[in-house]
Amino acid sequence: MAKTAEAAVTRKARSQAAEVWRQFRRNKGAMIGSAIVLVIVFIAIFADVFLDYDTQVVGQNVAERLQWPSARHWFGTDELGRDIFFRVLYGTRFSCSVGLVAVSIGLVIGVTLGAVAGYFGGAIEEVIMRSTDILSAVPNMLMAIVIVSVLGQSIWNLMLAVGITSVPQFVRITRAAVLTVRNQEYVEASKAIGLTNRKIIFKHILPNCLSPIIVQATLRVASAIISASSLSFLGLGVPAPAPEWGSLLSGGRKYIRDYSYMTLFPGLAIMITVLALNMMGDGLRDSLDPKLKK
Amino acid sequence: MAEQKEKVLEIKNLNVKFVLEEETVEAVNDISLHMEKGETLGLVGETGAGKTTTALSILRLIDSPPGVMECEKLEVCGKDIKNMSISELEHIRGSVVSMIFQDPMTSLNPVFTVGQQIAESLERHENLNKNEAWKKAEDMLELVGIPRERAIEYPHQFSGGMKQRVIIAIALACSPQVLIADEPTTALDVTIQAQILHLMKELKEKKNTSMIMITHDLGIVAETCDRVAVMYAGRIIEEGNLDEVFNHTLHPYTEGLFNSLPNIKNRRAKLQPIHGLMPDPTNLPKGCAFAPRCNYATEACQERRPQLTDFGGTHKAACLAYENKDFHIERGKKNG
Amino acid sequence: MHRYIIKRLFLMIPVIIGVSFLVFFIMDMAPGDAVDLMAPEGATAEDLDAIRHELGLDQPVVIRYVKYMGGMLHGDMGVSYVSKTDVFDTYMEKLPATIKLSFASILVSVLLSVPLGIYSATKQGTLQDNISMVLAMIGLSMPNFWLGLLLIIAFSLKLHMFPSGGDQTLSSIVLPALTIGTGLMATLTRTTRSSMLDVLKQEYLRTARAKGIPEKIVVMSHALRNALIPIITIIGTQLAGVLGGSVLTETVFAWPGVGRLIVDSLNMRDTPLVTGSIIMTTILLSIVLLLVDLLYAVVDPRIKAQYITKRGKKKHG
Repeated sequence: MAKTAEAAVTRKARSQAAEVWRQFRRNKGAMIGSAIVLVIVFIAIFADVFLDYDTQVVGQNVAERLQWPSARHWFGTDELGRDIFFRVLYGTRFSCSVGLVAVSIGLVIGVTLGAVAGYFGGAIEEVIMRSTDILSAVPNMLMAIVIVSVLGQSIWNLMLAVGITSVPQFVRITRAAVLTVRNQEYVEASKAIGLTNRKIIFKHILPNCLSPIIVQATLRVASAIISASSLSFLGLGVPAPAPEWGSLLSGGRKYIRDYSYMTLFPGLAIMITVLALNMMGDGLRDSLDPKLKK
Repeated sequence: MAEQKEKVLEIKNLNVKFVLEEETVEAVNDISLHMEKGETLGLVGETGAGKTTTALSILRLIDSPPGVMECEKLEVCGKDIKNMSISELEHIRGSVVSMIFQDPMTSLNPVFTVGQQIAESLERHENLNKNEAWKKAEDMLELVGIPRERAIEYPHQFSGGMKQRVIIAIALACSPQVLIADEPTTALDVTIQAQILHLMKELKEKKNTSMIMITHDLGIVAETCDRVAVMYAGRIIEEGNLDEVFNHTLHPYTEGLFNSLPNIKNRRAKLQPIHGLMPDPTNLPKGCAFAPRCNYATEACQERRPQLTDFGGTHKAACLAYENKDFHIERGKKNG
Repeated sequence: MHRYIIKRLFLMIPVIIGVSFLVFFIMDMAPGDAVDLMAPEGATAEDLDAIRHELGLDQPVVIRYVKYMGGMLHGDMGVSYVSKTDVFDTYMEKLPATIKLSFASILVSVLLSVPLGIYSATKQGTLQDNISMVLAMIGLSMPNFWLGLLLIIAFSLKLHMFPSGGDQTLSSIVLPALTIGTGLMATLTRTTRSSMLDVLKQEYLRTARAKGIPEKIVVMSHALRNALIPIITIIGTQLAGVLGGSVLTETVFAWPGVGRLIVDSLNMRDTPLVTGSIIMTTILLSIVLLLVDLLYAVVDPRIKAQYITKRGKKKHG
């Protein structure tokens, strides 16, 4: 009896996933977005297979400095003769890893706190939610700037700062989702058969709150990439000479008057990456939550 | 038949389709209707029979896309609605023809006071200034039994029955020639229903309005209507005056409707619901749409679509069974 | 209604205390302090300690925090370590520029997005709608400072139409306001559209049409008023966001506002100025968000009723 019920549940889960996939596939924007994301992730993973970091990415070549885009240097070269195309390609690594790690930090902390708040309620919930209010009372960008400038300029601190500022969003979304499933019968049943709270939260409640969290995470990666490049632009991100996109823009800004191409391409790279993630996230939301559609 | 009454409504061969991505819903098929001045016509049928769509067509309020509306003739008080421009139509809506909607809870705009909502159509159609319109709006509220001071209140401050009174006040504000009431009491408590019906009947007589009463409740029809048209799957399948349809029922479906009513005189009598469901409007059968649920259905019913035929007087029905001269249905015969 | 406002103002107090605590302690974690950065060349360790003692920096952080908050209660937000000027005065000096830019940006965003969102919603599924939505998505995905740089290239360096930075002439504000405004537009257009789409399905619009109300009025009055709540929410949040942190745009356009002030004082480890500015910003934002909440009541009578009967529980989370 239990077995057939379980089988039914997995079957249902599978058909639900199939339905989500069917919806997602029909969304042209989402499919294009996902394809671009895949390509970008591919570039990020294999960047050092194509490119030699020391010679092609950070190696200086004064003889070819400040050249406009050409067949030889697709995106032109910077003031130290480095090929901007290569630097932008390699920069994919920084943006992707910062986006991913920062959101993972926010996700783990935020989802845990949100689930605890939603599940236990009472004083714990009050403390968590009020702390969240305080953290989100300071504008995200300001908070991130304060954190990085205090901790010092490094890629890890950048990830931490962006991650911490994305915690409140995850806390709120998770708590709201947990509240809707907390009192459903299967949770009551789990309590009745004596499962531990931790088991109930992670095995029974969170899996049923996944949709909004997944959607939020995808969209958050996009905004984390923008935040990270903003911080780098302010000189608070990945230290030079690493080709982080924001740092490239900050470098190009000095030459904006005569060599505007230096400003164009890194920004375009950020935009395309973020756009692809946003299209994917929108598509996910539409297919995971049909109620929101139309 | 001596005196020809003035015709206030004439519809000929109305068809309404909703063309969706994957399918086409045939909501109204070849309907012809007419109504005379002061008359109340009952439009009866189950949910999804196309009653509301028919009503909205009269005001050309079908959303397009996806709705596609076609007809040979659509006239209200001699005015050709079918070929009217949108701005002309906007002068007809609310002044010559107005409509009362089914659900009072959702039919009033939550951010305007009820007074504003009544006054709005007065300002538009009767050339009144703001103050005059407001005065008359308050009069209208009083007419439907709501104290005039409440005109400054918002819909959420009213109960369901009160809201329906407000909607009636909006509909009647400009003394329309034709009033379309789309299940005006369905969403209300039974006790309130009677009050609202009584009010509508009284106001209708006072203003000599013609009315289309859309309902699935035969009791309401008996109480308010002069003539009845029964709809099934987007078609009229029986039509006639109250006596003809109620006491000399021709169509098995109409008969089924009567048999599904609880019998107050004999409380032990079992209900006899019509078995089955209305056919899928995206995929209507070739023959009679009611045939799959009909106890009298023959093979011909699956093949041929019956036409609305005269049965003497004003009585018409669309049923192939009557091709057999001896056929008649019996009240109370089990249907299901 | 008054009770509601007072209650909300009281609720701001713990948030302000929390924020000041957070910022104060984060600042304390920083390696190196203001004294290291501002000490004159060749100062000895004793000189530095003397300055620290003078500024009270030799005391434990908790004591400094309590002292600081004690001062706050009397409206004294302290003195900048670096410029020795009053923190509150310094902040207030920079605030007008930020406010000016914020309102100009919001104006740009509202004037463009709301009509575009309404138009898109009424044309749902058409080519025009799709194009607007793709444009909004692109706007959403553009890093703001990059857009600012592009605008400088196009309108300042190439076309010489507007200055590329500073706040000297009236035309100085055009490019920064366009930059921020365009960034905000994407979200606001999408919100307007989806809110309108929700409302356009409502039955009371059919009632309005059946009354003979012309379609234009049905959309612009009957529908829009009902769609306003999410739109106002986004405008309010955006206003708060711009007031609090258009650091990047202020940097790109050398705009002398609060965002620059905070970044500069952070670089100088000027704890009182950073803390004070962030607290002021938080207060400002809370007030803006409160005003937005009060605006709901103006727009929607049902919400007003809730505030008055005070049964309206503030949703948290």
